[in-house]
Amino acid sequence: MSELETFREEVRTWLDENCPPNMRTPKDGSARLPSKPEEVSAWCRTLADRGFTVPTWPKAYSGGDYSKEQAAVIQEEMTRIGTMNPAVSFGTMMLGPVLLEFASHEQKLEHLVPIARGEIRWCQGYSEPGSGSDLASLQTRAVRDGDHFIINGQKIWTTMAHLSDWMFCLVRTDPDAAKHHGISFILFDLKSDGVTVKPIKLISGQSQFCEVFFEDVRALAKNLVGKQNDGWTIAKRLLQYERNMLSGLGGGGRRRGGRRRGQSEGRQRGNSGPSMTAESARRYLGTVDGKLGDLTLRDEIVQADLDQLGFQLTMKRSNEEAKTSGPSAASSMFKLYMSEMGKRRSELMMKVMGYQSLGWEGPGFSQEETGTTRGWLRGKGSSIEGGTSEIQKNVIAKRVLGLPSGD
Amino acid sequence: MALTLNAEQQMLKDNAKEFVRSNAPVSHMRKLRDTKDATGFSSDIYGQMAELGWAGIVIPEEYGGLGLGYLELGLVLEECGRNLVPQPLVSTVLLGAGCLLEGGSDAQKKDILPSVAEGEAVLALAFEESRRFSPYNVKTTADNSGSAYKLNGQKTFVLDGHVAGKLIVSARTSGEERDRDGITLFLVDPKAGGVKIERSTMVDSRNAANITLEGVEVAAGDILGEVGKGADVLDPVLDRATICLTAEMLGLCSQAYDTTVEYLKTRVQFDVLIGTFQALQHRAVDMFCQLELSKSVVLDALSSIDDDREDVAIMASAAKARLTDAARLVTREAIQMHGGIGMTDEHDIGLYMKRSAACELTFGDASYHRDRFATLKGF
Ligand SMILES: Cc1cc2nc3c(=O)[nH]c(=O)nc-3n(C[C@H](O)[C@H](O)[C@H](O)COP(=O)(O)OP(=O)(O)OC[C@H]3O[C@@H](n4cnc5c(N)ncnc54)[C@H](O)[C@@H]3O)c2cc1C
Repeated sequence: MSELETFREEVRTWLDENCPPNMRTPKDGSARLPSKPEEVSAWCRTLADRGFTVPTWPKAYSGGDYSKEQAAVIQEEMTRIGTMNPAVSFGTMMLGPVLLEFASHEQKLEHLVPIARGEIRWCQGYSEPGSGSDLASLQTRAVRDGDHFIINGQKIWTTMAHLSDWMFCLVRTDPDAAKHHGISFILFDLKSDGVTVKPIKLISGQSQFCEVFFEDVRALAKNLVGKQNDGWTIAKRLLQYERNMLSGLGGGGRRRGGRRRGQSEGRQRGNSGPSMTAESARRYLGTVDGKLGDLTLRDEIVQADLDQLGFQLTMKRSNEEAKTSGPSAASSMFKLYMSEMGKRRSELMMKVMGYQSLGWEGPGFSQEETGTTRGWLRGKGSSIEGGTSEIQKNVIAKRVLGLPSGD
Repeated sequence: MALTLNAEQQMLKDNAKEFVRSNAPVSHMRKLRDTKDATGFSSDIYGQMAELGWAGIVIPEEYGGLGLGYLELGLVLEECGRNLVPQPLVSTVLLGAGCLLEGGSDAQKKDILPSVAEGEAVLALAFEESRRFSPYNVKTTADNSGSAYKLNGQKTFVLDGHVAGKLIVSARTSGEERDRDGITLFLVDPKAGGVKIERSTMVDSRNAANITLEGVEVAAGDILGEVGKGADVLDPVLDRATICLTAEMLGLCSQAYDTTVEYLKTRVQFDVLIGTFQALQHRAVDMFCQLELSKSVVLDALSSIDDDREDVAIMASAAKARLTDAARLVTREAIQMHGGIGMTDEHDIGLYMKRSAACELTFGDASYHRDRFATLKGF
């Protein structure tokens, strides 16, 4: 048995012995038993004690010091029994990796451990009303005052701010420097005086993002990460992790916005069976001699499935290439392609469902149906959040294709 | 008929624009939605529309209407579309009164049409049974028991079904499930025994209902048109309704386009108006082209009804296919070009996409109409 296979056996046995029944899908395929939030937290701690919530992080920060390959095995084994990693969050996927790279040992100890143990939830304070695509024009000010920075300004579109404990935030610490040079990356508690969080309702009816106002908020200076005025480098690195997360890279299997039906389908299956969209079409529209009767729709579903196939294979190739020769050029397109592909598939699902896709709530529509409709609406944000598709294309054209740019 | 408006038509359109702007801007629709209004549209506003003659535009003068054309009705709907005004013109005038005009007896017309023209009656046509537009797909049965019929079946996506004072129901008196022949239209009192109406809450906040019919008794005198020949009534009525719906769609995507182009001219990023980015400019121009084609096709389709041309059905499919694609393109691009603010419920642009989604499927989507276009053209 190879070393990795031995490791797999160990993980499998450990999960079998430690994963409570209501944290996994029963072997007989029946529905999972209900669980309480405390039980989820307890499972998170059990995983964290074993270094399984953030396997590749150092043990010193509640990681497991595992290799990427081992981390993948842990993920696979968890998926196999249908359990989840409750620690997966902006903290594990976005902030943690940049802290590992840029933060001091004290900062890491203070912040990485609670992330790994799922104790502190983080939100991302980047965008402002006047600074979206042009993030570096941000105006939120932070002025040094003894051991603190005093923060004034406003963030917007802050996903889950109303359910978060802390914010990682971009602030302007030198208003006179060129715009990329006067920015710092700072962490603070959202319970601090002077922070006001106002949820904003999305077109899908949910409130997943917020406006956040700062009025003389005092943030401890020791929570400034990296060098003062050098936050842009960190900000950009974090955006890379964010885009990986949004394109489904980076493991963990959770993307912003949670449920987004139709987008990630097929990820756990091989290429043998029909896609979920095709199955839905069979269910909604029926078949003639085993084929979908509506040939146009059939063709559109095939197009979507082939896009998905090509995308998955490209991700796989990119991962393989990365092992030998560093990040591949293809990885730059993942966030762009994933979001556009997901939007197309949602539109297609609406078509498949016909009038059943037009429900908002109440009688006449199943939960799955209204969930798909709301997912279609929420999915429109996928090509806006984490940098719009237009911005992605600008970056790829310039950085990857090497096309000359105006500036 | 020319593809431009004459002076009276232009005046009607201007008046409609002004009326909608001052009485029923998008905030009106929002309020109905947020208060979960039981009727789903404002009877007061609809009453005022009727006073302006809108409900009676296509109803002949002898039945209390104005006896004007579908073009005129289309112009009004276009302006309603611009502000997403919920009103029962499609259900009541185009579908309900449409069936009566096409197939009703003189007595039936006299009985119902004047109150439609006055804006008092709301009618609904219960003809859909499946998840996609499919008017001949009728499983609801009508069994002849002496002088009366007994209706049994289920209808879905009945526009304004829960507020209609009169239903027109398609049911099968002969033939197989998908046959064109054998469908009969019945006038049904929604309060009759065995009628169960359940309102659906839709993504565009407009009215639709599921209706169950269980042994509903209908007198033979309440048959609309000839027994078994309901499709002869439905076909032209649905074509006209489809064409007028594309006029509403033209209004909604013209407004979404205007709002978006305006945003490109006001939103600043990277120290410049975002409208200076060619990536956005080119797509705005693509939308512009689609809207120009859409305008022409909708106008010609409306005229084809008024001029009693033989290609009304073809124009209905041409218009619905085009407007479905155009409205989809424009409303989806509109959100993307607005960035984060386009994702908020507070901004109106999302409401346009939701209404568009419903219109795209109503009376058949683009693939349906492209297929029908080919069939009608004989290939
Ligand atoms: C669902 C959702 C969740 C989000 N969560 C967060 C979060 O947690 N934290 C956070 O900080 N932010 C978050 N955002 C904000 C997101 O990052 C911004 O919305 C995004 O960067 C776009 O900025 P903007 O909304 O200001 O749009 P703008 O930048 O004003 O863009 C408007 C339009 O102009 C286009 N455009 C702009 N510049 C160019 C150019 N140079 N070339 C071509 N086209 C251009 C854009 O692509 C877009 O179509 C979220 C957004 C959404 C939709």
